[in-house]
Amino acid sequence: MCPFNSKWDILKPENHCFPSREKKRRRIEDLTEKMAVESGHRDGGCYWEGRWNHVRKFLERPGPFTHPDFEPSTESLQFLLETCKILVIGAGGLGCELLKNLALSGFRLIHVVDMDTIDVSNLNRQFLFRPKDVGRPKAEVAADFINRRIPGCKVVPHFKKIQDFDESFYRQFHIIVCGLDSIVARRWINGMLISLLGYEDGVLDPSSIIPLIDGGTEGFKGNARVILPGMTACIDCTLELYPPQINFPMCTIASMPRLPEHCVEYARILQWPKEQPFGDTSLDGDNPEHIQWVFERSQERAAEFHITGITYRLTQGVVKRIIPAVASTNAVIAAACATEVFKIATSAYIPLNNYLVFNDVDGLYTYTFEAERKENCTACSQVPQDLQFPPSAKLQEVLEYLTENASLQMKSPAITTTLEGKNKTLYLQSVKSIEERTRPNLCKTLKELGLSDGQEIAVADVTTPQTVLFKINFTA
Amino acid sequence: MAATKDSKEQKYDRQLRLWGDHGQEALENAHVCLINATATGTEILKNLVLPGIGAFTIVDGHIVSGEDAGNNFFLSSDSIGKNRAQAATELLQELNSDVSGNFVEESPDKLLDNDPEFFHRFTIVIGVQLPESTCLRLGMVLWSASVPFLICKAYGLIGYMRLMVQEHTVIESHPDNALEDLRLDRPFDEFKSHIKSYNLSIMDKKDHSHTPWVIIVAKYLERWLSEHDGQPPKNYKEKEAFRQIIREGILKNENGGLEDEENFEEAIKNVNTALNPTKVPTSVEDLFNSEQCNNITAQSSSFWVMLRAVKEFVYNEGSGSLPVRGSIPDMIADSQKFINLQNVYREKAMQDAAAVSKHVESLLQSVGKPPESISEKDIKLFCKNSSFLRVVRCRSLAEEYSVDSINKDEISGLDCCCFRFFSYLI
Repeated sequence: MCPFNSKWDILKPENHCFPSREKKRRRIEDLTEKMAVESGHRDGGCYWEGRWNHVRKFLERPGPFTHPDFEPSTESLQFLLETCKILVIGAGGLGCELLKNLALSGFRLIHVVDMDTIDVSNLNRQFLFRPKDVGRPKAEVAADFINRRIPGCKVVPHFKKIQDFDESFYRQFHIIVCGLDSIVARRWINGMLISLLGYEDGVLDPSSIIPLIDGGTEGFKGNARVILPGMTACIDCTLELYPPQINFPMCTIASMPRLPEHCVEYARILQWPKEQPFGDTSLDGDNPEHIQWVFERSQERAAEFHITGITYRLTQGVVKRIIPAVASTNAVIAAACATEVFKIATSAYIPLNNYLVFNDVDGLYTYTFEAERKENCTACSQVPQDLQFPPSAKLQEVLEYLTENASLQMKSPAITTTLEGKNKTLYLQSVKSIEERTRPNLCKTLKELGLSDGQEIAVADVTTPQTVLFKINFTA
Repeated sequence: MAATKDSKEQKYDRQLRLWGDHGQEALENAHVCLINATATGTEILKNLVLPGIGAFTIVDGHIVSGEDAGNNFFLSSDSIGKNRAQAATELLQELNSDVSGNFVEESPDKLLDNDPEFFHRFTIVIGVQLPESTCLRLGMVLWSASVPFLICKAYGLIGYMRLMVQEHTVIESHPDNALEDLRLDRPFDEFKSHIKSYNLSIMDKKDHSHTPWVIIVAKYLERWLSEHDGQPPKNYKEKEAFRQIIREGILKNENGGLEDEENFEEAIKNVNTALNPTKVPTSVEDLFNSEQCNNITAQSSSFWVMLRAVKEFVYNEGSGSLPVRGSIPDMIADSQKFINLQNVYREKAMQDAAAVSKHVESLLQSVGKPPESISEKDIKLFCKNSSFLRVVRCRSLAEEYSVDSINKDEISGLDCCCFRFFSYLI
């Protein structure tokens, strides 16, 4: 069943200015109103002759490649200009491109969230920023640039983390498009949109779905995907597509380095905390003095083991886990994402269903496929997750499973359960006092902790805005 | 100025990690020409200006219309009525002060009429939304001047790109998943004597567990070859047996259970790729057989001279193999053993590069050029990348449009009643 049928034309009942069967009768009135639009009355003075012709060509005439349910109308453009609210998450490499593309496509009510400030290394691709902007919040500078270059566009910046907002913020958007640089953040927004879903007698209410368009890039590779929470594969359904980050084993770093990277990690992980060269401060990858210190220590270690190849660039790359980036890949992926936003907002064309891969390391390679939903996805399947452990298993083992399992990949899960009618925290890492208090539980067995067969535990983690329920089944 | 170089290093850091300093240098020495500053055209230039292309020149005779200003980030409503090349240059130039932006307020057809050699100065010409006739005319001029031509069109949600380049050689192709060059199937002398220096049966536990997997596989392979008439494991069954033999080499503890020897696990895991025969990739073989390689003249580029030298090496000192790459992957081992092994490969690589150098010298001499014309550094780089060399060749537009070269059979095969397809005139 193609999820993209005419039901989709009705996105948000309360914002109903969107072409649908009921609005057909208004078409004749629209055509006479076109004269008024041309003279700029409806556009707040930001109109000039032919300004939106490129968008009109898509929306006001039929064509051989349009969506089967598409009907030309002048309403679609008005919807984009006046009503459709888009959230862009990230104002970096992808974000700048997305804002440009959306603004030029007629979207005007755009919000952008980014918690970062501008760094000089952003300037090779984040083209809304200039050298004088270094240090300023990305969201604010980006919004400013777009609003000036594209008259009438009203980008609203938020110099915040996505976690600083709750459902009431996210609910206002028709479509959300992400240009994030972390999987944790992706999983969080994914979880947030899933939590907004409404079910009536077990049937998903389509008006509660906010499409999520997600883009990611790394060097010459990138991907773009269309997610309809509750209907198509979500971020967690395909978590195995993102292999866990490989860290070097500690024994290699501590006693038998072989590569220059091992020497850098030694300086970063072992020497820095021990020597505290700048007082009791944590290593800041953006502080050149810090990197210089690590660079020098790395060189000393490398010399000791006859390892060559330590450079400042390599040092910084290891400390900051730098991912290479160029303008062109971001342009391609953002273009694909913005096109999907346009298609979904206007229902004019069939959207990507649902994953695009791009790679131009060698020639140019791209393909699309339909990522499938996972039956027991921890984020979107609503199925309580079953865990099997013997009663003699220690809580530590459960913790390790939650972090190491490829489909879960939690970062620092907090585990609570209900015992004798009361809520009990079994282990929590993020608050020092609670961590100390609950740490002994890690060595206790599930039986010792009072858990019984079929016990439900609730797990909270940064990878999800809502707690995940697990059921522990005892094995022999 | 040191400050400028430093700030450029910082600004371009993320891309330098992709194409290195050589790539950046090539980019900064390039001058691209864009014909028609449409939204597609300026978008292309944006992605070249941001990373620091040396210079760009926009050729466009059009005046900016309202429609232009509505879909192009590098045109504003103030640009309406101005020449499009000039207006777009202003806003593109503003993106990066390292880049030199120029414009010519002229249509390409006029330039072809009056001054076709104008286009000879460019590293590449990008033609956007050009009519076929202009593409063909310009294509002929650029082909004979050996200037690459990129033709782009965008119509609605359909895009089109056609690259026309006679010959583009790539030495540093930065491959993603390169196979390692370990020579286990044909160990060179220095590698053989290095393996001899190991005696797994008398090593203490610590050394045994920290011996590089390459040594382990090499040792067991020697044994297998002596027991199998010089034939390495070939099929799955034999490779499984080989893996099992290695597994039996894992030390046992007092209770008869296996010690935790990660290096042996690595050896077992790598048996498949380790047994891959060392051979010259077909892509490189094809290059060896090409006209440019076999016919070195004073006009031959250094790429072809070095390639010919490598070919000579392969047929002589290399005994059928390319120069040793010299790099090895990381593997479980103590620092000393790893570095020693790495040095064996590195020194062999240097030796091979020196032999290639001699061939380069005699080739240069044979065409009356001084041996310093190609530096040692370049030769070393070429040897290190010899498995990954690429040459891209595209046919000319004239050939594509020529009646003689169309795929008559395939096309006429489509003209039967069981096929129904719609064609759209764009």
